[in-house]
Amino acid sequence: MLPFFLRKLLRLILVLLLVAAATFLLLNLLPGDVALSLLGNEATPAAIAQVRAELGLDQPLVLRYLHWLIGLLHGDLGRSYITQVPVMESIVDRLPVTIELMLLSQGFALLLAVPVGVWCAYKAGSRIDRLISSAALLLLAAPVFITATVLMFLFALKLRWLPSTGYVPFIASPLSNLAHLVLPALAIGLSEWPPLFAVLRADMIKTLQQDYIALAKAKGLGPAFILLRHALRPSSFTLVTVSGLQIAAAITGALVVETIFGLPGVGRMLTGAVYNRDMMLVQGCVAVISVGYVLINFGVDLIYATLDPRICR
Amino acid sequence: MTKASAALLDVTGLRTRFHTPHGIVQAVDGVSFSIQRGQTVGIVGESGSGKSVLARTIIGILAKDGSVTTTGCLAFEGRDLLKLPEREMRDVRGKDIAMVFQDPMSSLNPVKRIGAQIGEVLKRHLGLRGRAAETRSAELLASVGISLPAERLRQYPHQLSGGMRQRVAIAVALAGEPKLLIADEPTTALDVTIQAQILDLLRRQQLARNMAMILISHDLGVIAGRADAVAVMYAGQMVERASTRSLFHSCCMPYTQALIRSAPKLPDPPHTRLRAIPGRPPDMLRPPAGCRFNPRCDYATDVCRATQPMLSAADADGTHLYACWHPVGGHGVLP
Ligand SMILES: Nc1ncnc2c1ncn2[C@@H]1O[C@H](COP(=O)(O)OP(=O)(O)O)[C@@H](O)[C@H]1O
Ligand code: SF4
Ligand SMILES: [Mg+2]
Repeated sequence: MLPFFLRKLLRLILVLLLVAAATFLLLNLLPGDVALSLLGNEATPAAIAQVRAELGLDQPLVLRYLHWLIGLLHGDLGRSYITQVPVMESIVDRLPVTIELMLLSQGFALLLAVPVGVWCAYKAGSRIDRLISSAALLLLAAPVFITATVLMFLFALKLRWLPSTGYVPFIASPLSNLAHLVLPALAIGLSEWPPLFAVLRADMIKTLQQDYIALAKAKGLGPAFILLRHALRPSSFTLVTVSGLQIAAAITGALVVETIFGLPGVGRMLTGAVYNRDMMLVQGCVAVISVGYVLINFGVDLIYATLDPRICR
Repeated sequence: MTKASAALLDVTGLRTRFHTPHGIVQAVDGVSFSIQRGQTVGIVGESGSGKSVLARTIIGILAKDGSVTTTGCLAFEGRDLLKLPEREMRDVRGKDIAMVFQDPMSSLNPVKRIGAQIGEVLKRHLGLRGRAAETRSAELLASVGISLPAERLRQYPHQLSGGMRQRVAIAVALAGEPKLLIADEPTTALDVTIQAQILDLLRRQQLARNMAMILISHDLGVIAGRADAVAVMYAGQMVERASTRSLFHSCCMPYTQALIRSAPKLPDPPHTRLRAIPGRPPDMLRPPAGCRFNPRCDYATDVCRATQPMLSAADADGTHLYACWHPVGGHGVLP
């Protein structure tokens, strides 16, 4: 187990360094000038040069990168070009909202995908299986902004069961916090469960044909026990991979959903920063998101090792 | 009925059909035999002759989604298992009847510890859990010849060799203290050197527990010294059935004769490569008319191609049965 863990950790560090470099390069080589967007199109060349010097944009790329990287290692992501607020501070402020949203939405997605996937695999080919599989395909095709809008219309505006926009921190009022997050999380979750359902169902169908399932039946075990205690674990490797990718990819859903439901998360901040060409803020957000992505994949590897005893050798 | 209730298991006219997209596969087509307590019945036939389907039908683990239909009678201690509700059948499986599968690489769950795989049988059928289950599991492992049983309980199947895994699978089968053990080609997937050990282990356990056994193999050599009676299967049908002695001394069916000729002699290790029977087993979607063996049979005549032979008795008390129009060795007569 330990060498496996160390190997994974070493790879993690390498990947993180690469990610930092890629993030920086990508955003600094993009066309567009902050100074210009700060001052507007009528700015004089002298004024632009002055702003560029203030922001350190006149320095060579390599120097800027090293400067940024050293800052990154200290948890300092620079200051926003526009508001002058430290980027780290803004992100730390908004990250909990986004993390909660992503975890909740993935929770919803799994809560829906696992029982339904197991059931459909068990009843594969039956009428109910075909019905649910088609419904999942339909939902897969529906973009997040559609499901988000429909949910908001139905549960917030029509039925008035839940608030339509806004946010309350968890510490202030856990219940109200959840009430504000349920619909956004459900919107992302609904668009995330179909792939989870599909891979689990397919893997489960294959597992159910294995000899060890026949042996489990021959032991006199009941179907619920066989499905959950014998078949689910060996069928969930792809599920875990896809789920990990989805948590990470949920950030794109968060961009949309946070804006629609007015949630003060990283997604909405990033949308604004891109719009304002606030490269320092964009860079920080992208770096944090990428690190999150890599960390989640690291977590997935560790979950693998606990799911499949054959892996850590 | 008196004779039937004396037997542990009485199989009568058993038929198993698969309804596939390509048509109906009659995988088991009229099999009858009975087995007494403590007795071993060998089932022999080439690959694809329906042996595994027969085993799975008896223990009742074929799909229940309507794609498989089973008819006939499976009287176990007088109860017809085919009529038993699934819930009650679950109490029979693993407890009264247990099974060992062909390939121990795939018949143990790769993500469950050995201890859990034995323990769940003990819990399900004997109500043992915790310490008691652990002690019993270790005893079972020791009884099938596994060293350091307590440590093995915490291991996963991939940490054991093929032979060891089959021993574990046997321990799993013995855990519920079954009255009947079905061993479906228990040594086919194993190294030649280990095969005899596993077969001897099964035999020892059987004698010690007065357990009946259905020993399935494609190799008569495996069954020869170990079964009291043998049923020969061809294309889903039982084509000959006799005491082992009678079968080897005076077989009637040309197919049985070919199997005996192709079987290793007793001094040979099991599964020695030998002359195969020429030709191939029939396509089970479209089996040949008449005797199903006729395209490969040296003795085939028009009647063989037109009409299926019924089971007939070769001896006075009807324990030796065969289905053939032209039995070898001069039994029976032409119609
Ligand atoms: N689930 C199934 N669906 C359709 N046909 C099957 C199924 N299982 C087995 N068969 C067919 O039944 C026949 C007997 O198979 P099997 O019992 O596995 O043979 P054996 O164990 O004697 O080698 C084969 O022709 C096989 O193709
Ligand atoms: S019935 Fe005819 S074809 Fe069939 S085994 Fe006997 S002799 Fe051969
Ligand atoms: Mg078989």
